[in-house]
Amino acid sequence: MVVAFAPLPVSSSSPQARNFRLEARQFAFSPSELFVNPGDILTLELVSTDVVHGIYIDGYDLSVEADPGRTATLTFIADKPGSFRFRCHVTCGAMHPFMIGKLTVGTNNWLYRSIGFSVLAVLGLLLFPRTDPKIKL
Amino acid sequence: MELTRLSLLESALKSRYPQLAVFIVMLVGYIFAIIAGLIGTPVGSSNFSIVFVWIAWWAILILIAVPFFGRGWCAVCPIPLPGEWLQRGAVLGPHGNRWSSRRRGTDADSVLLDRRRRTETKWLNLRVPKMFRNIWLQNISFLLLALFSSVLLTTPNITGIVLAAMLFAAVGLSMVFERRAFCRYLCPVGGFIGLYSQTAPIELRIKDKQVCVKCKDKPCYHGSSAGYGCPWDVFPGGLTRNTYCGLCMECIRTCPHDNIAVNLRPFSADLAKPSARMDEAFKAFIMLGSAMIYAGVLLGPWGMFKDAAYNVGTTAWFIYAIIFLTIIFGVLPGLFTLGLLQTKGAASLKQRFASLSTALIPLGLMFWVAFSLSFVLTNASYILAALSDPLGLGWNLFDTANIAWQPMLTSVLAPAQTLALVVGLIWSARTAQKSANEAGVSPFTIIIYCLIATSVMLWLLL
Repeated sequence: MVVAFAPLPVSSSSPQARNFRLEARQFAFSPSELFVNPGDILTLELVSTDVVHGIYIDGYDLSVEADPGRTATLTFIADKPGSFRFRCHVTCGAMHPFMIGKLTVGTNNWLYRSIGFSVLAVLGLLLFPRTDPKIKL
Repeated sequence: MELTRLSLLESALKSRYPQLAVFIVMLVGYIFAIIAGLIGTPVGSSNFSIVFVWIAWWAILILIAVPFFGRGWCAVCPIPLPGEWLQRGAVLGPHGNRWSSRRRGTDADSVLLDRRRRTETKWLNLRVPKMFRNIWLQNISFLLLALFSSVLLTTPNITGIVLAAMLFAAVGLSMVFERRAFCRYLCPVGGFIGLYSQTAPIELRIKDKQVCVKCKDKPCYHGSSAGYGCPWDVFPGGLTRNTYCGLCMECIRTCPHDNIAVNLRPFSADLAKPSARMDEAFKAFIMLGSAMIYAGVLLGPWGMFKDAAYNVGTTAWFIYAIIFLTIIFGVLPGLFTLGLLQTKGAASLKQRFASLSTALIPLGLMFWVAFSLSFVLTNASYILAALSDPLGLGWNLFDTANIAWQPMLTSVLAPAQTLALVVGLIWSARTAQKSANEAGVSPFTIIIYCLIATSVMLWLLL
């Protein structure tokens, strides 16, 4: 419970407008990892360098698509903290389902809490092992 | 709890017809997947072969069938059927007794039938050579598919070719070797299903060992007029683990003493009896490592790795393959061995390695569950569209062809993955404590190993 609800350090930087030029090609985004602060106003300029690509952001449920050579823009406030996959949502070739990037808003608290859970679980098992009678094979 | 005490279930398992009905549906679906792969659209997300095999079937297999029914999939898998039908010369019961599923054979029947079958068979009916009677070939076949998986998972005609190759391989092996040699020794899927079936809460076991001891002719292994000898080359009287029992239910039909039961049991009951086999130990590492590599390569944000995995035959792919194999055969077992070196026990290091790697089985299964949740929930919406237009030819059979792609349950994905991984860690740690207790060593380093692996997987997925 402590791990689940303990307050974690919060970034104190004030929200700001951030622009990212995101190049999409089969089957990757560049840059593929974006780090912003909660509350930032984020503008993604999606540029496709080969075929039509899109970007869909998990958790935010936002999307935009770009034709080759044309820039498509998506602006939103990054008001949900955590780590989110963004992915191409326009079928663009064989590896399309795996054309994925990662947006981290603030700190990826869920990851740290999950690792904390794991450590606590292991500590519990090590400190309070259940001893079973030896099983005969 | 003995499930076969339920008379309805017992009748359904003893009769060949319900199983045959499922087999036929599966076989039709399998052949359609091959055809769709070969002649359908090259767009994977619109092709039945990719969507139904790698999204729908995989989801059912890894999220439901294996964790809850163990080798339940093997019980209805269509791959061995054509070969087995040819090998037996029959689709239902043994020759000369087509309706035999309704009655029991006697012990004497079984010997006569076994002799007759051996002399009458049109095929070679050889024993698989002893050197291949392990799961090393299954380890290799899985790794071969794994190394090409980026192409296999996304390219319909490659999926079609691989599915067809598995069907032909099963037929070919049935013509040369006795029983289900493909399932038992070569199937790339069967190896890991067998490994993880040990965790399932279901088992097929004998009721009374003494009955088997006194049974003269062992019709469950040799066959009788009531049915065939174990297709998996297992003597049911000696079953202590699920690993190699394909749940085909043939022994339930042949046992003249009604001494075989399907039981409900606690999860992972088999893991209390650690294996001492290196082929199974390495299977655990192969599965653990593959899940981690897939999580990084397929679901991670690193385009360079995806390019390398997809461009088969290039220098980048060879480097990827070397790294893949190094992680599986070097890094993971190497670190595990380093941990074991810190423990002292009466058993040799090799024995400790083999038996304590049992602890990695629940962890590996839950790694696959966590990985598959992400992949399946993101792509499940393709299923309805592919159902209406399985070949990508513009059909709209069920008015669902134009359903837009939409990821499902993204808000619960991360909690579900964490839950799966932490449950896997606790499960493995408990298994490590039991295995270490058996081996007379400390489980500490194995548990820390599992913790580190879980943390890496959490980082890759979240």
